[in-house]
Amino acid sequence: MEKLKILEGRRGQVFEKGKDAFKLNCGVKSTSGAVSQRACVFCGSRVVLYPITDALHLVHGPIGCAAYTWDIRGSMSSGPVINRHSFSTDLREIDVIYGGAEKLYKAASQLIDKHKPEAAFIYSTCIVGLIGDDVEAVCKKLSEEKKIPVINVDSAGFKGTKKDGYKAACESIAKLVGTGDISMIAPYSINILGEFNLAGEAWIIKDYYTRMGVNVNAVITGDGRVADLKRAHGAALNVVQCAGSMTYLAEIMKKKYNIPFIRVSYFGLDDMTSALYDVAAFFEKNPEINERAGMVVKDEMDAIMPGLLRYRKALSGKKAALYVGGAFKAFSLIKALRVLGMDVVLAGSQTGNKEDYEDLKKICDDGAIIIDDANPQELSRYITEKKADVLIGGVKERPIAYKIGIGFCDHNHERKIPLAGYAGMLNFAGEVYSSVMSPVWKLVLRNDTFGQKRSRP
Amino acid sequence: MLLRHTPKEIKERSALTVNPAKTCQPVGAMYAALGVHKCLPHSHGSQGCCAYHRSALTRHYKEPVMAGTSSFTEGASVFGGQANLLEAINNIFTIYNPDVIAVHTTCLSETIGDDLTQITNKAKEEGKVPDGKYVIKANTPSYVGSHVTGFANMVKGIVDAFPVNTGHKTNTINIIPGYVEPSDMSEIKRIASEMGIKTIVFPDTSNVLNGPQTGKYDMYPSGGTKIPDLIKAGDSKATIALGPIASGPAAKALDTKCKVPCEILKLPIGIKATDEFVDRLRILGGVSVSEEIKTERGQAVDVITDMQQYFAGKKAALIGDPDQMVSLAGFLTDIGMKVRHVVTGTSGKKFEKRIREAAGEDVNVKEGGDYFYFHQLIKNEKVDLILGNSYSKYISRDEDIPLIRFGFPIYDRVGHQYNPCVGYRGAMRLLENILNALLDRQDRDALEEKFELVM
Ligand code: SF4
Ligand code: SF4
Repeated sequence: MEKLKILEGRRGQVFEKGKDAFKLNCGVKSTSGAVSQRACVFCGSRVVLYPITDALHLVHGPIGCAAYTWDIRGSMSSGPVINRHSFSTDLREIDVIYGGAEKLYKAASQLIDKHKPEAAFIYSTCIVGLIGDDVEAVCKKLSEEKKIPVINVDSAGFKGTKKDGYKAACESIAKLVGTGDISMIAPYSINILGEFNLAGEAWIIKDYYTRMGVNVNAVITGDGRVADLKRAHGAALNVVQCAGSMTYLAEIMKKKYNIPFIRVSYFGLDDMTSALYDVAAFFEKNPEINERAGMVVKDEMDAIMPGLLRYRKALSGKKAALYVGGAFKAFSLIKALRVLGMDVVLAGSQTGNKEDYEDLKKICDDGAIIIDDANPQELSRYITEKKADVLIGGVKERPIAYKIGIGFCDHNHERKIPLAGYAGMLNFAGEVYSSVMSPVWKLVLRNDTFGQKRSRP
Repeated sequence: MLLRHTPKEIKERSALTVNPAKTCQPVGAMYAALGVHKCLPHSHGSQGCCAYHRSALTRHYKEPVMAGTSSFTEGASVFGGQANLLEAINNIFTIYNPDVIAVHTTCLSETIGDDLTQITNKAKEEGKVPDGKYVIKANTPSYVGSHVTGFANMVKGIVDAFPVNTGHKTNTINIIPGYVEPSDMSEIKRIASEMGIKTIVFPDTSNVLNGPQTGKYDMYPSGGTKIPDLIKAGDSKATIALGPIASGPAAKALDTKCKVPCEILKLPIGIKATDEFVDRLRILGGVSVSEEIKTERGQAVDVITDMQQYFAGKKAALIGDPDQMVSLAGFLTDIGMKVRHVVTGTSGKKFEKRIREAAGEDVNVKEGGDYFYFHQLIKNEKVDLILGNSYSKYISRDEDIPLIRFGFPIYDRVGHQYNPCVGYRGAMRLLENILNALLDRQDRDALEEKFELVM
């Protein structure tokens, strides 16, 4: 095969374990011209805040930014659904010239009157950052007039990557935290940070903790309510699941309210189990919690093991490639794939940092490719070279896998079936299984499909 | 229910768009650019826009969609994006090796005033554009226009860049197919070739965005209009532009640039609009309409006559792109349905007039509207059928009205990439979909004693 050219500026971002020794270069901006899979600040803040269901989300900018994020990330609600609308100021040329603050005020004002949300988030996109509308002032005015928090989410896309958007979202949430009454909160209470309830995961996890005797005070932000966020400072512990997006908020809350936090993952058996025991360990004063955690683990494991073993039998020895948003997810995935007896031959992320990649190098097998901010050409090349059977990634990766003729499992925004928790692990195994083992791969056109003999190498 | 907030009473809303019925210019420009063989679209702006546009097209076509981005940061937003674009052009030709880079702007690069002409000229002067390779461009600020105008602008960008008038007129006819699906573009080609006419169709996304499963990933699939053909389009004897909004500007530009006279027709959706297209081809090509085409026409009309009682008086509400809405409204009216509401997200003054011509005076029409308004119209007058893109499903569910997915984007069904809705065969497919929806509904709602086997 002809050697794949790697963009000059990207040489340090691809690493093969066992062959290369350099430190992976990451956290850098994408080279101009690269076909990058990355998104923008606005995208980051929007996905984090979107699941707050009783808040108004108004995108201040031209129509596109709002149109593309209209209900694009599934996030289930057990109640209000104001979040699922797409509200936009749809800026026009005249607004860009004369400023859009007036229009924003009018739009937000009308919307708040009509929908009576508990809070409003105003997302300022690139153009607004550029023309310099005083969004802060509009928010202040509206907060006073409408008697609800109206929060400026400063998310001009060009100011960084998706990660900076997470940060902007955390800052917005932090403005709500601490404003509610916490007198009624039970002593063994936690907040779950970084769980977005894409396919009902928050409900699964909440159920485990509840069965342990731990009260889940707020899920931030899955199936989120403004009132819960306001009370979030009443919890004894913050449990951070999506570390990439939410550690920042946990740190703020630690500083301001002295709430400790732990990092967990709800994905895969080991990590899920640790997530329960770690919380139990925190509440060591009440040993019953630990005991009940043991029961939850046992019951859940018993329920899924037979199914999981059947999948494992079929999938053992198959190879997986993964390309995900945050590196933290990659660790859980690698462990989960090992439970299924599968090898990871490629692991990449859009936004991993130095430590993430060092850890990834440790956990991966020799020969595995580790890659930062990959483009489709590189991805497809390494997938083919390493003979992966399945690609785990997001929406833009899906058709690449299918074109090559391998399985795919979505581990990003478009999930319909939960992958978290024990039941989620079974779902994951089931999905990987049905994709890898799909009879359709036998239909892929081959040299001998129409009778010609396969030419011998 | 998701849309329970929609009130029946319609109030003026000047500052606010709720549930948009359009997207922004660059996604249309990106789509048009993919209709040129070995072309890599390039988004001159920050990464986010490009990621969204690629996701939107990927979701709609279920195909990999590639595009470069200038990856603006704060610096570029203050000092201008020239350096980014120059670097990008250089990188793209070195690494991805396309024949053409199709640059479009975003809101951001427009607002800071980057001059694409000047920057691309500079790239050429500095030797960043290899011999035989091209950089084409379109200005696509989204605070004017929509994805439809973005498409139109990039098609015009193609015309600005390629066709040359050598003084030797050929017998070829250019066809600009409009903002339609890859399947429609190939159907338009098929009709012309069936009639024995030599054509250059551009842009042409067939075999790019509805390509086959091959077992390997190709950055540049086999489809797309080839560059030599685009150059020769300047010598063609005429251009047929389908859809005045999406194709008109390019056709006129080609007339001005290379003296290729153009005829601007409706999109050939439905019998009459297809008749018009076929008849133009016949006249311009100096041929007669083939038996095969007449048979196809006869079959489509046969379905209408056989089933006209089921279409009669059924009310429809339409939402989508302007060129499509005009032809579709005409077609539904022709088969005996009553078009009640028509909304397009794209702004345009003539829209209302064209819809009234197609569907009668008393239809509710709105240009520059959104889904919220569309829903309100339906609440005020119920219909039997909705035709619109996937976002219409919220209204369809809320009001319990059957929906036929039509237009862009369609995220939750397949078929649009592979099966046309233009031409007589396209009309046949639309008829089938409409009938299935209406008859399914009738079956579902029928009382036990009125549940019929033969319909
Ligand atoms: S900034 Fe403009 S071009 Fe980019 S997504 Fe928003 S509307 Fe579209
Ligand atoms: S980069 Fe800017 S303009 Fe583009 S989608 Fe993100 S916020 Fe919107």
